[in-house]
Amino acid sequence: MSDTVLHRAELGLDQASTQEIEARTSSSPPAWPAPGLAVTVRGLGKSFGAKRVLEGVDLEVQAGQFVAVIGKSGCGKSTLLRLVVGLETPSEGHLALGDGDTQHAGAARIMFQEPRLLPWARVLANVEVGLDRRMPAQERHQQALTALHEVGLDDRAGEWPAVLSGGQKQRVALARALVSRPRLLALDEPLGALDALTRIDMQRLIERVWRDQGFTAILVTHDVGEAVALADRVVVIDGGRIALDIVVDSPRPRHRGDARLAELEGRIIDHLFNDQGAAI
Amino acid sequence: MSALQTRLSRNALGWALPVGLVLVWEIASRLGALPTTVLPAPSDVIEAAWQLTSSGELPRNIGVSTLRALSGFAVGGSIGLALGLANGLSSLSERLTDTTLQMVRNVPHLALIPLVILWFGIDEEAKLFLVALGVFFPIYINTLLGIRSVDPQLVEMGRAYGMDRRTLFRRVILPAALPSLFVGLRYALGIMWLTLIVAETISASSGLGYMAMQAREFLRVDVVVLSIVLYALLGKLADSIARLLERLSLQWHPAFRTA
Repeated sequence: MSDTVLHRAELGLDQASTQEIEARTSSSPPAWPAPGLAVTVRGLGKSFGAKRVLEGVDLEVQAGQFVAVIGKSGCGKSTLLRLVVGLETPSEGHLALGDGDTQHAGAARIMFQEPRLLPWARVLANVEVGLDRRMPAQERHQQALTALHEVGLDDRAGEWPAVLSGGQKQRVALARALVSRPRLLALDEPLGALDALTRIDMQRLIERVWRDQGFTAILVTHDVGEAVALADRVVVIDGGRIALDIVVDSPRPRHRGDARLAELEGRIIDHLFNDQGAAI
Repeated sequence: MSALQTRLSRNALGWALPVGLVLVWEIASRLGALPTTVLPAPSDVIEAAWQLTSSGELPRNIGVSTLRALSGFAVGGSIGLALGLANGLSSLSERLTDTTLQMVRNVPHLALIPLVILWFGIDEEAKLFLVALGVFFPIYINTLLGIRSVDPQLVEMGRAYGMDRRTLFRRVILPAALPSLFVGLRYALGIMWLTLIVAETISASSGLGYMAMQAREFLRVDVVVLSIVLYALLGKLADSIARLLERLSLQWHPAFRTA
């Protein structure tokens, strides 16, 4: 854990120096620091009609932490994420982002399983959806282009989304989520529909931008390998409650097939399929 | 360059059949196989068109008919669009009006002609009313359908990205409903001409339908055929304009991508 913190501090320095360079070249918009938002969840519950999806969830996510939430389908993990970004309202309990007064636009962004791009808007305009519409057009284009550059698609800015591949569409969706420099990024199984190689590519991209920008990341996934490869911490949800909460303290960059990660992955899978849950 | 050529040749293919039919028709007339009292030769029809154009009668009647068609379309189309949008966006509005509209829809609007003549006589209002009523339903139904078929996931994305209701409508709902709106538009244009022809044939003192009825009185088959051909051409023109608009505004749609 401490390794990771140290690493992040170094990256913070890196970020400052790139900022200086950008200021000198003066063509890019300012990359202002976007420190992560802490998330505090207490006694959170959500019901849809008579069906209780979540109950009594307590979760404390530190600013800048990368948390993976996993669980079987229908366990309520997506609902938790949607509650965090305000797409659902809690039935009971308390939820706060940061110190509670962070309602300004674009502080929390969500990336869905589907790219959800507007088919009638060009790639650049789709990324601009993530920006405040009161911003001057020139500045909006600039920032959207910078975000597209970060995901490696700045040369496709003028295309219609329909001509892009699945992985490219999802990268545009990532650019749209990142363009407002969010302090919290919620990822709702964004890689679930991608092929295995594109997936690894996207995982690396997400890890890289998270390290560069320092936002808090909450990733909902059903892929345990993905969770341990990316996250600082893995939370397992079972039957609407948090069943397991593990810190992943392997240093980054992590390698796929690392023995410690594999062991952790095994433990989580055992837990998921062990009804008593007492083995750990 | 070659793309233009293929487009031209594709368009030419569409016109090959009508042109061929006219040629066969002309030859049959010249050979006397078609008596001119049944069907005059195309050259006679063109001759009639020339005469009526130089006397100013044809342009005037086309103008009158087009004006009627478009004003009826504007009235009926905008009411249909407004109600379609209202009922697509608000379930209260839909519950309030949809049952009534569905009942009215099942009355053929041309069945109202006797009533309309009683109400308005043979004045302009009669034609305007019938065209507006005929155009209303295809626009209404397709607008409603278009708004219903908006992907709820995109709407949710818009909300999650902070779009207010107006922005959501302008950037997500309206563009998503547009393909369906164009289907309604093209269908309504067809109904527009159909209604106008019937209305002008039954009760009018000017316009293309009136011209055809007058010609029937004087046994001018060539003028009757000319009116019919003109309806076909005007209908085709309206449809082509609608398709052009469709292609221009749906460039993003894979089905309309210019090859």
